[in-house]
Amino acid sequence: MEQEVKLMKGNEAIAHAAIRYGMDGYFGYPITPQSEVLETLTLEKPWETTGMVVLQAESEVAAINMVYGGAASGKAVMTSSSSPGVSLKQEGISYIAGARLPALIINVMRGGPGLGTIQPSQADYFQATKGGGHGDYHLIVLSPATVQEMTDFVGLGMDLAFKYRVPAMILADGIVGQMMEKVVLPPARPRRTDEEVRAQCPWAATGKHGRGHRNVVTSLELDSAVMEKNNEILQDTYKLITANEVRCQEYFTDDCDYLIVAFGTVARIALKAIEEAREKGIKIGLLRPITLWPFPTDAVAAMSRKVKGILTVELNAGQMVEDVRLAAEGRVPVTHFGRMGGMIPTPAEILDAFNRDFGKE
Amino acid sequence: MKEEIIIAGFGGQGVLSMGKILAYAALMDNREVTWMPAYGPEQRGGTANVTVIVSDKSISSPIVDSYDTAVILNQQSLDKFESKVKPGGTLIYDPYGIHHAPQRKDITVIPVNATEAAIEMGNSKTYNMILLGALLKARPLMEDEAVIRGLKKTLPERHHHLIPLNQEAIAKGKSLVK
Repeated sequence: MEQEVKLMKGNEAIAHAAIRYGMDGYFGYPITPQSEVLETLTLEKPWETTGMVVLQAESEVAAINMVYGGAASGKAVMTSSSSPGVSLKQEGISYIAGARLPALIINVMRGGPGLGTIQPSQADYFQATKGGGHGDYHLIVLSPATVQEMTDFVGLGMDLAFKYRVPAMILADGIVGQMMEKVVLPPARPRRTDEEVRAQCPWAATGKHGRGHRNVVTSLELDSAVMEKNNEILQDTYKLITANEVRCQEYFTDDCDYLIVAFGTVARIALKAIEEAREKGIKIGLLRPITLWPFPTDAVAAMSRKVKGILTVELNAGQMVEDVRLAAEGRVPVTHFGRMGGMIPTPAEILDAFNRDFGKE
Repeated sequence: MKEEIIIAGFGGQGVLSMGKILAYAALMDNREVTWMPAYGPEQRGGTANVTVIVSDKSISSPIVDSYDTAVILNQQSLDKFESKVKPGGTLIYDPYGIHHAPQRKDITVIPVNATEAAIEMGNSKTYNMILLGALLKARPLMEDEAVIRGLKKTLPERHHHLIPLNQEAIAKGKSLVK
């Protein structure tokens, strides 16, 4: 077993994890703060070892459509970008979702809107969890808080994508992309053989191989009755994912009077704020959604029956707070504190926000 | 133990790589560590800074309000971070180019003439290692052996012949702190 502890950036860890997963292809276009994904892949030259394709496309739009093609042939394929680039990919993502294909999309978020800034943000929560592209679809959205999770979610995301034939997204903030910390890389495994791909993906465009019929992969269906059926298949799949794949982590929730909900690196900053509050006898707990879609609605609802108030902290103007409010169903006040445009709150600022909202009680 | 450190100066002074060597040394010493750079346009010539946290326990936030130790390499960074050193903390700074010296009385202020020392050593690139030496003398976070192993991990193999020079620079930095 390779248990060597390494020190690396979240972006670098994603590249190493992809090679070790046995990824068949990466298609991307550089953009700060995630350029190290493509850079690390290029330095590692996996095409010489595992045969993984690494390609810098001419644009984000080209990259996502290369992912569409690779996924249609049953291959494990991925792309990565940052906010403006992920906006460009949305048409392709909708097509991939509509065609029921597995793929892994990574968004290392920077401040927006528009070209915005290169500093960290979480302002693409709505885009990632509520659609982004057109049509009724969802992505499985994973939110890493550590470099270790950046590593682990590559495999988890791709596995879930294949399990449900739904594209998965790692929605990271620029902090966890750029920071270095300790990481244990997963053991390397070979890419699947063509036979294994055909066995695992009977829907894929792999050639007939005695099957009798041709697989056609498309999101287009002009017969509305059939198209509604296709949508029902998608919705049934989303129900199944919602029932089985919700993930979240709780800290200090056994005895807390108040709750902070935060995702990604912000959850770690909030945890330090909570540790400091507890030294003063203020009992706050933390709930960190790991899957942003499906959202841990039941866990938040359960906490809303126990606490006096909930504060959400995000690097945006208040996006996840809407899902927290839906889960809390008005049982307790749900407030929001956010920094925008690439600014990052400190633990003290989070405590100030907590006192602003709940300090007088 | 837990040490929250900020290293700040101009881009090109070796701020990020000094932090990186410290982080690798912590890794070699089986500590928990986070290395969080300000990765913005700073890298293209303005100010650069990196927060390194070294701890025996797992580290929650890589972002902190205040620091146990600050290593400051220019006036802008001194202006920005002097007030953010915890009472009782340590501020190491290179007086070269500093017009307003640190004023705090509740922290240990250590001037280290690293620019001068690097010129004496005949290689300006030893600058950040001299400051790392000073940091490790003022705050003995880990053994020299871990630092050398950290250096080996950080430097590409083709530059390993420079390790003795870096070791010398670290020793020089240590000698500058009384």
